[in-house]
Amino acid sequence: MCRTLLLFLLLASPLRAAEIWVTNEKDNTISVIDIDRLEVTRTIPTGERPRGIAFSKDYSTVFICASDSDTVQVMNPETGKILHNLPSGEDPEQFVLHPDNRHLYIANEDDAITTVVDTETRRVVAQIDVGIEPEGMAVSPDGKTVVTTSETTNMAHWIDTGTQTIYANSLVDSRPRHAEFTDDGAELWVSSEIGGSVSVFDAATQAELAKITFAIDGVHPDRIQPVGFEFTADGAHAFVALGPANHLAVVNAKTFEVEDYILVGRRVWHMAFSPDKDLLFTTNGISGDVTVVDVAHRRAIKTIKVGRFPWGAALRP
Amino acid sequence: MKPLVTALAGLLVLAQGAWADLSVQAHYLQVETPRPPVLSNLDPVPDDLGRAGAALALIDNRTTGRFLGQQHDLTVVTVPQDGDPLAAARDALAASALLLVDAPAATLLAIADLPEAKGALLFNVGAEDTALRGPDCRANLFHTIPSLAMRADALMQFFVKRRWTKLALIEGTHPADLAFANALVRSATKFGLKIGAPKKWVFDADMRRNAAQEVPLFTQDLGEYDALLVADETGDFGRYIAYNTWIPRPVAGSEGLTPVAWSPVVEQWGAAQLQSRFQDSAGRPMQSRDYAAWAALRAIGEAVTRTGSNDPATLRAFLLSPDFELAGFKGSALTFRTWNGQLRQPIPLVQPRAMVAQAPLEGFLHQRGELDTLGLDLPEAACPAFAP
Repeated sequence: MCRTLLLFLLLASPLRAAEIWVTNEKDNTISVIDIDRLEVTRTIPTGERPRGIAFSKDYSTVFICASDSDTVQVMNPETGKILHNLPSGEDPEQFVLHPDNRHLYIANEDDAITTVVDTETRRVVAQIDVGIEPEGMAVSPDGKTVVTTSETTNMAHWIDTGTQTIYANSLVDSRPRHAEFTDDGAELWVSSEIGGSVSVFDAATQAELAKITFAIDGVHPDRIQPVGFEFTADGAHAFVALGPANHLAVVNAKTFEVEDYILVGRRVWHMAFSPDKDLLFTTNGISGDVTVVDVAHRRAIKTIKVGRFPWGAALRP
Repeated sequence: MKPLVTALAGLLVLAQGAWADLSVQAHYLQVETPRPPVLSNLDPVPDDLGRAGAALALIDNRTTGRFLGQQHDLTVVTVPQDGDPLAAARDALAASALLLVDAPAATLLAIADLPEAKGALLFNVGAEDTALRGPDCRANLFHTIPSLAMRADALMQFFVKRRWTKLALIEGTHPADLAFANALVRSATKFGLKIGAPKKWVFDADMRRNAAQEVPLFTQDLGEYDALLVADETGDFGRYIAYNTWIPRPVAGSEGLTPVAWSPVVEQWGAAQLQSRFQDSAGRPMQSRDYAAWAALRAIGEAVTRTGSNDPATLRAFLLSPDFELAGFKGSALTFRTWNGQLRQPIPLVQPRAMVAQAPLEGFLHQRGELDTLGLDLPEAACPAFAP
């Protein structure tokens, strides 16, 4: 009787801690990090060359760009089983889930296309011609605009999600990699890897508000290559991964000034926050690990070994 | 019927003109040169070497241009061995002031010195002669293919890093072999390495049958060395040297560990994307000359995108300004040297199956930027003609 009750309790209450899911590009796996223990607790096989990763709004499924399998995989995060594959166009690298929790906007890196997939009917709804090597994907909080950045064309393409057409193009510095709207939807930030800058746009007018650049003592400017970034809970700061400079920059989101640099692992790429955003987890491609950063104190507190070439990161609360 | 066709063509031109705000016309001039026979036919030289890189860059530029109302076009002209490259260049320059040239140094200079070329922008995508970046430089001539000096310096940095300080050298008899051998010797001096007296490869036997017997004897008197350099730029005998030397030592230069502008084994820094796009478009892997042609036309495209102009003087000024940068899939932004028009670029050191290292190697410092540790630096270039 007692044992049954215990079993019932185990099944009913999620004793599981929050997790960070990390895609390992050259291992075809996901490393699952337990946020309480700061350890890898599971390693889950995926399709070939997993990169972009995102959970559905209710966290019941997880979407994974399996780039070299030319598909987006839909996985049950409890079991790690692949439920089905979505048509994604060729070489999907990165995507965003629309606030409607239904449409995925996928950058097809080899095809200069952004593909829109309905995750319920599992059909391609639209394909939009964008620049060469699309990568960064962002969606405005109101869902009206999706932005794709293209690495070789050096543009942010503003897509109207009502008509699935481009309504504006903004030139940025060389090799734009990542884009994010601020939480209030007022600004779009775009990082440029080779240009070494982050451009900030007024989302309403597409006018450039600022261009943020970085300088670290003892690191050559060529090595400073901004890639992934995330905003803090209060929206006051952005943490920007600087790739082979092996540092995160802490940027004041109001003044656009860089306040701090934090040493992390090698070729830092993308990142994800813990549920209350007090910890930040960065993927370090070359060192094959994840750095845990104490957000309040702005310092690295732990390094966690994961698979080969960790790329994307997503929170499962 | 004929007048109708003409009228239609006229309409099409008009329609296109109305649609495109800015038209960018470039020409690619490929001057065919005789290739000396080589011992093995394992690696034929593709007919579209270089050209195929420009074709890919055109696709890239057109995609960008589509969003900006800029129309990019490229006309490819191939001059046969008995053809007249100067006449072809005059025709091209009459149609466009942007010219990519794949030709030997002497022909290239003759083209750059044409009265029609004054004020035009020429891009050298094939000639590696270091002198073109020095005393033989021209104000209207940019270079996207690395010089022999850049390639040699890249290799020497690797030897310094590995402390392979004693080198031996085998050179072929073709002018290109000698030029590369000279570059290696000059670079070894620059980096404080020792090269023994070069040994000339003069055999005329078929080495596919005899290499195992001949090469050990041939290399027996080279003495003690850490690495064996091979200057065989036509790809003739070099492939038979490795594993057949008298003492077991690595081979580098034109064979073995090779300094290149590009190779199919380059895969970092997003290079895999460029490789697969090139493979899709050309149907074969991308080589150094393809990369140089790609970089030249992309540099033009980038300058047009950022300036909104197709005027050669405006483009030249922008290409040499601090605002210009080209994302070249080699990990750092590519820019042009203001003193000789050479495209600064990292040099991958590759073996056939993988990239071994990429120069500039860590630890080689320079007051302007580490890329300037490769090739002719400002004080040594001696190229007053290029200065704006």
